[in-house]
Amino acid sequence: MKVIDARGLSCPEPVVLTSQAMASKEDAYQVLVDNNASKENVTRYAEHQGYKVAISEADGEYTLDITK
Amino acid sequence: MTQKREKSLIVVAGIIIGIIAAMLVVFGNPKNMGFCIACFLRDMSGAVGLHGAGAVQYIRPEIIGLVLGSFLMAMGKKEFSAKGGSAPMTRFVLAFFVMIGCLMFLGCPFRMILRLAGGDLNAILGLVGFVLGILVGVFFLKKGYTLKRTYKLPAVEGTWLPIIMVVLLVLLVVAPAFIKFSEAGAGPGALHASIIISLVAGLVVGALAQRTRLCMVGGIRDLVLFKETKLLLGFVAILVSALVCNLILNATQGGFFKLGFAEQAVAHVDGLWNLLGMLLVGFGCVLLGGCPLRQLILAGEGNGDSAITVVGLMVGAAFAHNFGLASSGAGPTANGKIAVIIGIVVVAIIGCVNTFGKKKA
Repeated sequence: MKVIDARGLSCPEPVVLTSQAMASKEDAYQVLVDNNASKENVTRYAEHQGYKVAISEADGEYTLDITK
Repeated sequence: MTQKREKSLIVVAGIIIGIIAAMLVVFGNPKNMGFCIACFLRDMSGAVGLHGAGAVQYIRPEIIGLVLGSFLMAMGKKEFSAKGGSAPMTRFVLAFFVMIGCLMFLGCPFRMILRLAGGDLNAILGLVGFVLGILVGVFFLKKGYTLKRTYKLPAVEGTWLPIIMVVLLVLLVVAPAFIKFSEAGAGPGALHASIIISLVAGLVVGALAQRTRLCMVGGIRDLVLFKETKLLLGFVAILVSALVCNLILNATQGGFFKLGFAEQAVAHVDGLWNLLGMLLVGFGCVLLGGCPLRQLILAGEGNGDSAITVVGLMVGAAFAHNFGLASSGAGPTANGKIAVIIGIVVVAIIGCVNTFGKKKA
């Protein structure tokens, strides 16, 4: 599974990295972000691409488990 | 479902913001300038004596309200987080030139929408330039442009801009002699709604923009990059809402809508330089990660890099007026044209260095 560490990156870099990783069309990705806006943006993008997103939070950081 | 909710929320927010922007003009702000982040930061630079242009000096409570509205909303929603360290000086320089572009056009992207809503067709040239600038910025983003990561910092680091805004509010209310305010009739700086109305307007819009992540540059950028329409809906909602308000006000009171190019309020008719000014703004804002409004909101959420960006905008405004770079109703200046060209070159170099430079530093 590909892990994308987008913590601390400005808008819209987390989504750009996610979209570029998704070009390989794998079944599962994990994206790490550290703010709500990025969490929402990556989630919205992944759902548009037909993935399901499970979010867990720890210490202000979010782990997005993205699966088909 | 949540996506639908996000979209309805930003449309409602956009409608409210459009109404507030139109009403601020009724209450005394300059025409088509319910909000203009660039103009208002420029006025504030002048008020604290960073430039001496007597026509544009005032501490704008809208700006104070935007930052504090975002700050309070972020606190309430537990989204306040002090962070920074992502190329602050590069952001300062980008912001400096974004302001040069704004003052060539005479407005930030927010005011560009409000000028369109007031029938000012010069803003269409601005919009064309803005879109072109965003497209150039998107090219760099796709190639891997990044200003690297921010890091968590002590809470006080993220609180400086809100604190400075409170100090400015005190200075506005107390009005000591060393703070400069445009005299009545001197120009746009003398036109403003009352402090309390402007402040409340700023607080409401700041809180709404914090919740919805509203960003004038983000709408077109995300549409091009990801076919994502959420932020663009906010942009369009403000335009439509302010347009409808202006048409209603024009029918009832007159003077709120004038379709055409000539004799628009705080605007000039030089199409090429309106276009190039906003090209610089669109390009610079994509590399900054958000429009001037968004930078105020992020600074309120504790982002120190955005706070530095706001300072860069204010310093850019001071230079613009000290060196005669800012346009006026009469048109652009020769110095301003040179500055915009230099700005486009500098922003392009920043784009290249942070895209094609050493990877993974």
